[in-house]
Amino acid sequence: MAILNEEQEMLRDMARNWTTSESPVAAWRKVRSEKPVEGYSPDAWKTMAEMGWAGIVIPEPFGGSEFGWLSAGLVVEELGKTLTASPLVATTLAASAIVLGGSDEQKGKWLPKLASGERVGTLAFDEGPRHDGRYSAKVEGGKLTGTKAFVHEAHGATLFVVAAADGLYLVEKGDGVSLSDRKLTDQRSHAEVTFNGAAAEKLTGGGDTLLDDVLDRARILTAAEMLGMAQQVFDVTLDYLKQRVQFNQVLASFQALQHRMADLFGDLAMMRSAVEGGLEALDSGFGIARAATVAKAEANRVLHTMSREGIQLHGGIGMTDEYDVGFYLKRARVLEASWGSTSYLRNRFATLAGY
Amino acid sequence: MATLAEPQAASTDDAFREEVRAFIEKNFPPELKGKGNALASVEGPTQEGPAEKAWREAMGARGWGVPTWPKEYGGGGLTRKQAHILNEEMAKAGAYNPIGGMGVMMFGPTLLEYGSEEQKREHIPPIARGEIRWCQGYSEPNAGSDLANLQTFAEDKGDHYLVNGQKTWTSGGQWADKCFAIVRTDRSDKHNGISFMLIDMKDPGVEVRPIQMISGMSPFCETFFTDVKVPKKNLVGKEGQGWTIGKRLLQHERTNLSGGGSMARLMGNALSDIAKKYLETDENGELADKVMRDRIADFEIRWQSFLLTAKRAVEESKAAGGVSEISSVLKKLGTKLGQERAELLIEIQGLQGLGWEGEGFSDSELSGVRAWLFGKATTIYGGSTEIQNNIIAKRVLGMLDHQ
Repeated sequence: MAILNEEQEMLRDMARNWTTSESPVAAWRKVRSEKPVEGYSPDAWKTMAEMGWAGIVIPEPFGGSEFGWLSAGLVVEELGKTLTASPLVATTLAASAIVLGGSDEQKGKWLPKLASGERVGTLAFDEGPRHDGRYSAKVEGGKLTGTKAFVHEAHGATLFVVAAADGLYLVEKGDGVSLSDRKLTDQRSHAEVTFNGAAAEKLTGGGDTLLDDVLDRARILTAAEMLGMAQQVFDVTLDYLKQRVQFNQVLASFQALQHRMADLFGDLAMMRSAVEGGLEALDSGFGIARAATVAKAEANRVLHTMSREGIQLHGGIGMTDEYDVGFYLKRARVLEASWGSTSYLRNRFATLAGY
Repeated sequence: MATLAEPQAASTDDAFREEVRAFIEKNFPPELKGKGNALASVEGPTQEGPAEKAWREAMGARGWGVPTWPKEYGGGGLTRKQAHILNEEMAKAGAYNPIGGMGVMMFGPTLLEYGSEEQKREHIPPIARGEIRWCQGYSEPNAGSDLANLQTFAEDKGDHYLVNGQKTWTSGGQWADKCFAIVRTDRSDKHNGISFMLIDMKDPGVEVRPIQMISGMSPFCETFFTDVKVPKKNLVGKEGQGWTIGKRLLQHERTNLSGGGSMARLMGNALSDIAKKYLETDENGELADKVMRDRIADFEIRWQSFLLTAKRAVEESKAAGGVSEISSVLKKLGTKLGQERAELLIEIQGLQGLGWEGEGFSDSELSGVRAWLFGKATTIYGGSTEIQNNIIAKRVLGMLDHQ
């Protein structure tokens, strides 16, 4: 765990207390069965917004607290632990695109609404099942046309940050914007979003690297959610091994299992360092592209292994819907495929390093 | 209060930085720029020319080779912040720390914690001045991973102990002046029958035989003790406390063996830079063998996160004021990654990377082969990976023994 300041410790403790008491995995089960349109509990989102979480990376003049990315990551990590469904990551990323690329007018118009939770934003980038950085959506005369596949939190969003062939655009939900469900294995909100001559406003600031800069934030914040998930799978698996008795011994006493847990513990340490390194790079402004690539690649690698081992080490009971561990496997694969698969990220790392 | 104190603290730091700069300017021989500290490894004796000697003595006199050790025993007495400034300024000037070795990395910190006043006054200053080499008398032929099974026996003879037995894998034993050893003083109790004592390697009855390794090098020795007299004043802590003291020393050892910093220096250039010299590149300057490129990226990403983990462990242990529990994790991960890198390097170079001797191979190719072979020891010594896994599982994760 990074060394935190007092403010960050308070924020993390607040998030941890809230998720533990108000939003445990049972809350996700409830969302899953009640199927609210947004894909999350509107009441829970309202509470999160009241606690100021939506404005953590938004500057103070625009209604945020500007606590920084490490702080945002701490909250997202806690949400990941209990699989809390919310548009916090998506809204934070949409806000960051406006912070980086918006005009003063755009910032003044949108950021306070995103910070207060009144508006939910999301990124509409990929056009196929793989994140590949190719965008064919077009804007002519201020009207956007194109289809975006698998948009996270699309159902609750009323503001889309859309990647078009020539840059990023803001599009409001309304005329020319239509959604069709693309339910994935994690059962969170994902949809195909079609823009058919929707009114679009370009983000003209942020320079040539705006799109990559936003994606790097997506990679790092997603990795923070994955870190919370990996930590939780590790913790519940360890608890389970300490309780389950076979051959008159608790499973935790078997060396074969001890060594596998030691391996996972080492992997988890690496993942935490990589994710915190990414968040700290965002706060310092240095080496972001490389740190983001390392953070998401490590998150992919470690959560992949952790979620698979979590099931195996639970044995048959890990295969049941009654046990939580399977939820993490399903969510893990969705996040693993988002904003860059492992091979995509290795390719990017090598390209950034010039080989 | 804070606003008043801060500028003062800053100016004190600035003054210290100036002091360091002036010291380096005056004492660091420019011809040594970019060199490394030969004393820091257990490789053979290195010729110490007049320039190296002058630099070592200047740093030793100041205590800055062991900057945070107490001044009264010859250390620098610096705060961590000041030690950091010292490191920064040395790096800027291309200066290395000429003080090192097992005395600095393992024995010194342990003796500072457990030694008597008299012992500290006798043994710490020569370490701080880089005058004495220490070796480690831990492993025995039947006490490797089961370290507490040791049989070297120290018999109480009133004013001294009479030591008989055999140690093995004594790193740098053939060049060491003294040995910190764990020996048995009571045969009836496996763990509480162990004591920690200091043995002079030049005493009668000490015999050292280097062991040739698969790498062709002999950095490890067998050490035989036959009726070696060890004065009572060389017992550290109480009789029977050796296991506790010895384990503490192992924590320092693990931290150093994994050491992100030293490992990074050891590894030198990025694997990708080397690969570009040996493998074909395409029109974009990228490695044409995309499978190899992917594997190198996979390694370098994990290596990055290991370095971040080592950095994090340092920060956390500073904040907690002690050796981090993560030291076992670092040892386990760092040595594994080091081995992986050596294997990848050999693969990148093909048969050219497997040269043993003679013409046709560069120095770095030849040393790469030795390093690859020697590197196999890293997951065995200093507590094997399996032992680190046991430590992590039991001490850190609280997984229990069979009931």
